[in-house]
Amino acid sequence: MVDLLDKHKGIMERHARMMQLGVNAMGPVNDKILSPTRAIINGRETILAGTNNYMGMTFEKSCIDEGKKALDEFGTGTTGSRVANGNYAMHKALEAELAKFLNKQHCIVFTTGYQANLGMMSGLAGPRDTIFLDSDSHSSIYDGCTLSGAKLVRFRHNDATDLDKRMTRSEDNEGGKLVVLEGIYSMLGDRAPLKDFVEVKKKHGFQLLVDEAHSFGVLGPHGRGLADESGLEDEADFVVGTFSKSVGSIGGFGAGNHPLFEVLRFAMRPYLFTASSSPSTIATSLQAVKVLAREPERRDRIRANSERLFNGFKALGFEMGCDVVSPVIAVKCKDEVSTIQMWNAILQAGVYVNIALPPGTPNRLCLLRCSVSAAHSFDDIDKIIDVFGQVVKG
Amino acid sequence: MTEQEILTEVCTLLAPFNTNGVTLTAATDIPAELNIDSVGVLDFIMDVEDKFDIEIPMNVVAETHTIGDLVKVVQARIK
Repeated sequence: MVDLLDKHKGIMERHARMMQLGVNAMGPVNDKILSPTRAIINGRETILAGTNNYMGMTFEKSCIDEGKKALDEFGTGTTGSRVANGNYAMHKALEAELAKFLNKQHCIVFTTGYQANLGMMSGLAGPRDTIFLDSDSHSSIYDGCTLSGAKLVRFRHNDATDLDKRMTRSEDNEGGKLVVLEGIYSMLGDRAPLKDFVEVKKKHGFQLLVDEAHSFGVLGPHGRGLADESGLEDEADFVVGTFSKSVGSIGGFGAGNHPLFEVLRFAMRPYLFTASSSPSTIATSLQAVKVLAREPERRDRIRANSERLFNGFKALGFEMGCDVVSPVIAVKCKDEVSTIQMWNAILQAGVYVNIALPPGTPNRLCLLRCSVSAAHSFDDIDKIIDVFGQVVKG
Repeated sequence: MTEQEILTEVCTLLAPFNTNGVTLTAATDIPAELNIDSVGVLDFIMDVEDKFDIEIPMNVVAETHTIGDLVKVVQARIK
């Protein structure tokens, strides 16, 4: 008999090697969360700089109040799908509020951000269609593409010329074409050059989906993401986003202006065959979207904090993930062992950041990845820079 | 192009990913025998696509294991 878990031996051995270094970088435990930027880890108060909590929304009082109220009035869970018993007025209200925020006619809410990409990819594309995806796409995009059964063509990261070339090779393909980009790429923090891709769109004709998971709430004059920042919102046929970053809860959405958009509710298995989000989660998300709309100053704060951290790291001579400032700020490191050791030393010094290793990173990079929050103070940012300066060697 | 010529080209393209210096033959199982992760395989396939100016969708990659399998895919797709 073949043991089904045998195929994961390599992963187990790699994890064991990490544990031999005395570090469990894959499983630090937050014993207590004190604020959007502070936790108790290993009994020590720690600055959180790897949470994607971009707008510092997790302890927003009005969101917590709405969540508690929803728990009291609607209970702990919906126990059903949106197309059965799990469809509450608040789910519809959140979709309407998001559509307004995004300036789109339609919006569908999902239970997680991962499911939003699974649902949108598999609802939009089918076996006769082709999806062109950026090589640095998030796993949820890859998995959604696989679920769709579409032909999958991968193009070189952020390279519109490469997409053009691959589209030309595919021009005999039947069916529709979907191109998937991300507003901010989660590992290196770079943005898709949307204008260049729109030129390719005009040449070849395709439908474009932009995943604004890391850019929603952050980029653009209205906080809608990269398409908003680029002034190209009409070119993004579909937008995907998550609630687990700027919104500070959990869930996701897909949105668009297509007149048939609502039919996707009956075509997306990750929407149909799962329970809808709990009342308290929906209530906190709804309130958070309202706060994002009425407090644009949060975007100013995260911009200032991001610039401060980015420039601080540059001054230390680090090799950065990209040369554009965003709330995702990654430092390239030499190899896996030294990255694990430095990550641990940073944690011991009271700062939590993400460690990112292949194959979760592009080009087999080893990264120490920070995500900045609007809730960080300049003192926090300076402490992070100081700790990196002491620990990180190029 | 002959099968042997394609094999030679494919092995040349695979060399930078063959970090353990495995001897490459048509029977070499790319993901199983080489120290290459899932993303590395896809990056290598992109190089193959560009070398031969063909499209090898990810769906096809999933069913391609050995270098010999890949050579057959390339040969079938060269115009």
